[in-house]
Amino acid sequence: MNLLLTIIALITLASAVAAICLRNLVHCVLCLTLSFAGIALTYLELSAEFVGFAQVMVYIGAVTILVLFALLMTRGGKELHLRSWNPGHWLTGLGAGLGTLGVLLVGIFHSKLREVTPLDTKDESVHALGNSLLDTYVLPMEALAVLLTVALIGAALLAMPERSRPGQTFRKVSSTKEGPVKD
Amino acid sequence: MHTLTPYLLLSAGLFCTGLIGVMLRRNAIILLASIELMLNAANINFVAFWRFHPSSEDVSGLVMVLFTIAIAAAEAAVGLALVISIYRHYRTTNPDTLNELKG
Repeated sequence: MNLLLTIIALITLASAVAAICLRNLVHCVLCLTLSFAGIALTYLELSAEFVGFAQVMVYIGAVTILVLFALLMTRGGKELHLRSWNPGHWLTGLGAGLGTLGVLLVGIFHSKLREVTPLDTKDESVHALGNSLLDTYVLPMEALAVLLTVALIGAALLAMPERSRPGQTFRKVSSTKEGPVKD
Repeated sequence: MHTLTPYLLLSAGLFCTGLIGVMLRRNAIILLASIELMLNAANINFVAFWRFHPSSEDVSGLVMVLFTIAIAAAEAAVGLALVISIYRHYRTTNPDTLNELKG
């Protein structure tokens, strides 16, 4: 087995486990960032350079900052204490997760595909990827562009503070009718 | 020897970590982060299968990963905006307390 890949995989898995185990939410997000970096390194190890750098820019650059800012704007640090320690809940969650892992492992170790070796003459250039994006996949790419635009405008609208501003009467009406829940 | 197995194992481990995170954590933001982990696990499989595919020109695995990354970014933006909006109304990010639609 490849030593570099083993190290990367161990770091990625350990930081992912830390990201879902730690109590401090900021530490969770930082561990998640380390995990994303490990995944980007895995892509580079698989010689998918463009996807690797896209991963760095989108996940490490954008998604992490977004999650950190959301933490900052909601609670910042402490998670809700577990008021009701429910062993059934934990057993169900862990059982489902480990059961899925078991099924996946059985599938992986019974597959014949896992012994295939990579092609040496693989076309790894960004050129082929760009040609394919603008040729075969041009329609999905355009649809994706529209989706991204709509999603980001929608996110900005959703997160906009519902303050009654002059010239925005319908928000004022809805906020007086329902009102924020006070508990 | 270079085989597909370590990538598949890494991907399976990450997916299950994300799944356990979704089931056990009580904070909507960490829930979204766990979903991102699961999406990334699927992406590792796409790239690994692209690398080990016998055809030398086929890049559909990479294209799929790019699409997934873009959609995951949009999902994270909308999800976090929802969390912030919910926090503004209910002063909580615990999904267990948002049970007014429970049948």
